[in-house]
Amino acid sequence: MVTGDKAIVENPVVAAAFPDQHPPFEPQAALIESQRCLFCFDAPCTNACPTHIDVPRFIKKISTGNLRGSALAILDANILGASCSRVCPVDVLCEGACVMQRHGKEPIEIGRLQRHAMDYFYRTGASLRRKETAERSEKVACIGAGPASLACAAELRLRGFRVAVFDARPLPGGLNTYGVAEYKLRAVDSLREIELIRSLGAEFRFGTAIDTPSAFERLEKEFDAIFLGIGLGPMHKLGIPGEDLPGVVNALQFIEEYKTGGRTSAGRRTVVVGAGNTAIDAARAAKRLGAEEVRIVYRRDAPQMPAFSFEFEHAREEGVIFQWRSRPVAIRANSAGTAIASVECATVEVPVGGTTKPTPSPHFEIACDMVIPAIGQSPLLEFLEKLRGITLDRGRVRVDRATGRTSSPRYFAGGDCVNGGREVVDAVADGKRAGEAIAEMLEVTHA
Amino acid sequence: MPEENTTPSLAIEFAPGLVSPNPFWLASAPPTNCGEQVMRAFDAGWGGAVWKTIGEPITNVSSRYSAVDWNGQRVMGFNNIELITDRPLETNLREISEVKKRYPKHTVIVSLMVESKREAWHQIVRQSEDAGADGLELNFGCPHGMSERGMGSAVGQVPEYTEMITSWVKEKARTPVLVKLTPNITDIRTIARAAKRGGADGLSAINTLNSITGIDLDTFVPRPNVGGRSSHGGYCGPAVKPIALNMVQQVLSDPASALPVSGIGGISDWRDAAEFLLLGCSSVQVCTAVMHYGYRIVEDMIDGLQNWMREKGFRRVQDFRGRSLPRVVEWKHLNLNYKIIAHIHEEKCIGCDLCYTACWDGAHQCIHLDRIAPSGNGHATPAEIEAASRRRIAVTPIPKLDHPQASAAEHGPYPTPLERIPRVDEDECVGCNLCSLVCPVENCITMEEVSLNLPPESWEERVARQSRSTECR
Repeated sequence: MVTGDKAIVENPVVAAAFPDQHPPFEPQAALIESQRCLFCFDAPCTNACPTHIDVPRFIKKISTGNLRGSALAILDANILGASCSRVCPVDVLCEGACVMQRHGKEPIEIGRLQRHAMDYFYRTGASLRRKETAERSEKVACIGAGPASLACAAELRLRGFRVAVFDARPLPGGLNTYGVAEYKLRAVDSLREIELIRSLGAEFRFGTAIDTPSAFERLEKEFDAIFLGIGLGPMHKLGIPGEDLPGVVNALQFIEEYKTGGRTSAGRRTVVVGAGNTAIDAARAAKRLGAEEVRIVYRRDAPQMPAFSFEFEHAREEGVIFQWRSRPVAIRANSAGTAIASVECATVEVPVGGTTKPTPSPHFEIACDMVIPAIGQSPLLEFLEKLRGITLDRGRVRVDRATGRTSSPRYFAGGDCVNGGREVVDAVADGKRAGEAIAEMLEVTHA
Repeated sequence: MPEENTTPSLAIEFAPGLVSPNPFWLASAPPTNCGEQVMRAFDAGWGGAVWKTIGEPITNVSSRYSAVDWNGQRVMGFNNIELITDRPLETNLREISEVKKRYPKHTVIVSLMVESKREAWHQIVRQSEDAGADGLELNFGCPHGMSERGMGSAVGQVPEYTEMITSWVKEKARTPVLVKLTPNITDIRTIARAAKRGGADGLSAINTLNSITGIDLDTFVPRPNVGGRSSHGGYCGPAVKPIALNMVQQVLSDPASALPVSGIGGISDWRDAAEFLLLGCSSVQVCTAVMHYGYRIVEDMIDGLQNWMREKGFRRVQDFRGRSLPRVVEWKHLNLNYKIIAHIHEEKCIGCDLCYTACWDGAHQCIHLDRIAPSGNGHATPAEIEAASRRRIAVTPIPKLDHPQASAAEHGPYPTPLERIPRVDEDECVGCNLCSLVCPVENCITMEEVSLNLPPESWEERVARQSRSTECR
C-alpha cells in the first residue's frame, strides 16, 4: 500500500455523520441519465474541464454498458477521475457549460456519471496499461504528493519514466486525502486512487521533507527533472489576542483531524472566521460533529463571499448562521483561562468596490467554545525563496502555463503553488501538462 | 359556426354493409384472444375487433415475445412467435356469438386460418358467420410456425394460393372478406392483385415482418429464448410504421390491387392513424400499443382525431381519407428545380453543434464553425477544431483570483456564444434536411425555399427535353 505503515481507519461516528453529498447512481438511473446526453461536437463540458475529459465519449460508453471503456476514457485525461467526480465544483465547470441549460433542461449530471464509471473501475479491480512498456532510464522527482504531483508522476510512469514522489507527511494525496470534506471525498477513496498510480510503478518517499538547499542539490544529482507540486503554506493567522487558546483550530487542521480519525466532535457553539469554500467545509463539518450552533463570521456581504454560491446554499440548508460585515478583534477565555468563552467582534462597513472599514458601532460578543479561522493559506514563500533561479510572481511560482516550465531549466511546477489555490482538477491539469512537457524534454535530450 | 359545435363523425363503412362506430379496430392478436377481452375493449371505445385467428387449436411455446428498446424508450419494436388461437373452436365461436349479441353495433371480424382444403375453409366460414361475424379476415400473413405447416405466409407468398383460397372462401361467404397481406415478399402488390382476382372485398396490411430482435450477449441465445433456442418471429410496433405506410401506398395506388384497406403497422396514437387514413385506408388496426399500454389508449385516439378533424374542418372520415395518396409519386416525377436550404435561427441555437458534425461526416461539408475565426482558403476540419479546443487552457473560475474576462465581446448577441453557432454555406447547401433532423431544438434549423427562377421540371421531363434537343441537332 502507498500508505506505508500508517493506514487510515474510518471512524464509524464520522462515517455516519458524513454520508455522500451526491450519492452514487443506481445502474438503471445512470443509463437513463447517460441517454439524455446530446453528444455535442467539441463539447462545451469538455472544454470547460481543466483536464479536458472527453465527457460525451465517456457518457456514450455508459449508455452502451461499456463501463470499463468509460473509466479508461476518463483516466486518459485525468488520472484522479474518481476524486474529481466527487470534489469538482461541476456547477461552474462541466455541468455549468452543458448546453441543456439553453434547451430549458437540467444539465446532464456529469459528475455523478463520472463517479458511476470510476466506481465500477475500482470495484472491478483497477488496472491500467502503460502507453510505453519499455522502461526509460531518466528519473523525475515530484515534490509533494498532492494532486499536481500525482498527475505528473502518473503521466511520466505511463510513458516509461522513473518517478519518485516525496512528501513530508505520512500519507499521499495532499489536500485530497487531508483537506476535502468527507461528504465529498473519503480519505480512503483518495488513497485507493493513489494506489493505482503506485501500481504503475511510481515510488513514494514519505516523511521526507525537501526543504534545504543541500536536499535540493542531492535531488538535482539523482534526478533529471524536478516537479514542484508543493501547494500552499500554512493557513493565515487571524492576528488577534487569544488566538493561541486551546479551542482555536484552523480549518485545515480541523478537517484533517476528523478525516484521519483523531476528532469526533466540535465545540457546542463554533465560530468559523471567513467565507471561502474551506470555511464552508469546516462549518458544515462542525455541524455534523455535533455543534449546536455554527456561525460564520465574515467581514463583507453574501455577494462578495469567495465560496461558490452552491456551497453557501448547502451551508444555509444545514443551518449554518452567517454573521455579515463583522470582524473578530479578540478571542476571550473563560475566567479560569482554560477554554474559549467568546469572540469579540467589530462591525465593519463595505463601501461598493472599496475595502472594509470599521464603523463606530460598539463591539459585540459571540459566545462560543471553538473558533475555526479559515481565511486562506499563505504561499510557501520561505521555502520557495530557497530555490535558486526560480522566479516568483506575487508569491506564486511563475511558469509557462502550457508546459509548467519554470524559469529554471530542470524545474517544473503546477497546482496551488502556481495558481494560488484552485481546485483538484486544476492541479491535475497542471501536473499532466508538466508531465507531458518533462517527457518531451527528456525524450529530446536523451534521444 | 356550426362546424365548431358539432362533433366530427368517426363512423365508417369499410365495405358495403360493414359499418363501424369508428375506424379504430383491434388487430387479430392476443388483445382479441377471448370474448371477455373484446367486450372490455369495446367498453373502452374500440370500434371493432379482429378476433384472434381461429382454426385447429395449437400448442404454444414459452417464452413468446421479445422487444427492441431504443435510447431508453421501451418497445420501439416488438416481436412474437405465438401461433393462432390455442382455444377450442367451439369456445371461440360461442364467445363471438355472445359478444355480437351484447355489442350489436360494434364490428367483429373473425380471422381465419385452416389447412388449404376447400371443405375446411367452407366449414370455418359457415361456422364464423353463423356465430355472428360481421366480416372475415383470411390470415395469409403469419410468418412463423404456421407457415412451416403450409398455412399463413406460406399461402400469402404465393399469388396462386392466395387467389385460390380467397375464391373458395368467397364461394360461401355472405359477409365481406378481407385478405391480410404479408410484407415478407418482394412486391406486396402481386399478392394484393391475387386477392382481388379471388374476389376479396378488402385487404388488411401489413402483417408482421420476419425478425430476430436481438441476441443475449451473455448466453448467446437470440430472443425470445425458448429453452436455449430461438426462432424467427413477426416484427411490429412503432419501428415498422414507415414500412407499413409504404406498402399501403403501393397497394392503394395500384388499380389492380386497390380495395378498401384496413391499415396495420405500428399505429400507436391518433396521429399514426390519421396518416394511414390520409393514404387511403378505410380503418386501422392496433395491437402492439395495446399490448404495451392497454385498451385505454383508444380514448385519446378518438378524442385526438376528432379535435384534429375539427381544426381542419373535416366532418367525416371520408372528408380526408386518401388526401395524401396523390402526393406520393415516382421519383422521376419530382421537381428538380425545387430548392431549399438550411437556415439556422441563431437565437434558438444551444450550441451542441450536432448539425455541424452531421453535415461534415454525413452530408456535404457545408456547415462551418467560423463566425469568430473566419477561415481563409478551405475550412478547418472537425479534427482541427477539436484539437484547437484541447490546446486551450481552462481553469476553474475563482472570482478573487481571476481577472475580468475580456471575451464578452466575442459572445455575441445570442444566448449561445457566437463561436459555437454554426454557419450554413448557402451556396453549397444541397437542402438535404439532415441538419434539421439531428438538431435537438424544434424549429432551430428550418429549411427555406429559394427560387432558382426556373420552371418546374422533373427528371422524366428533363430527359425528354434533352433527347428532343439532341434529335433537333
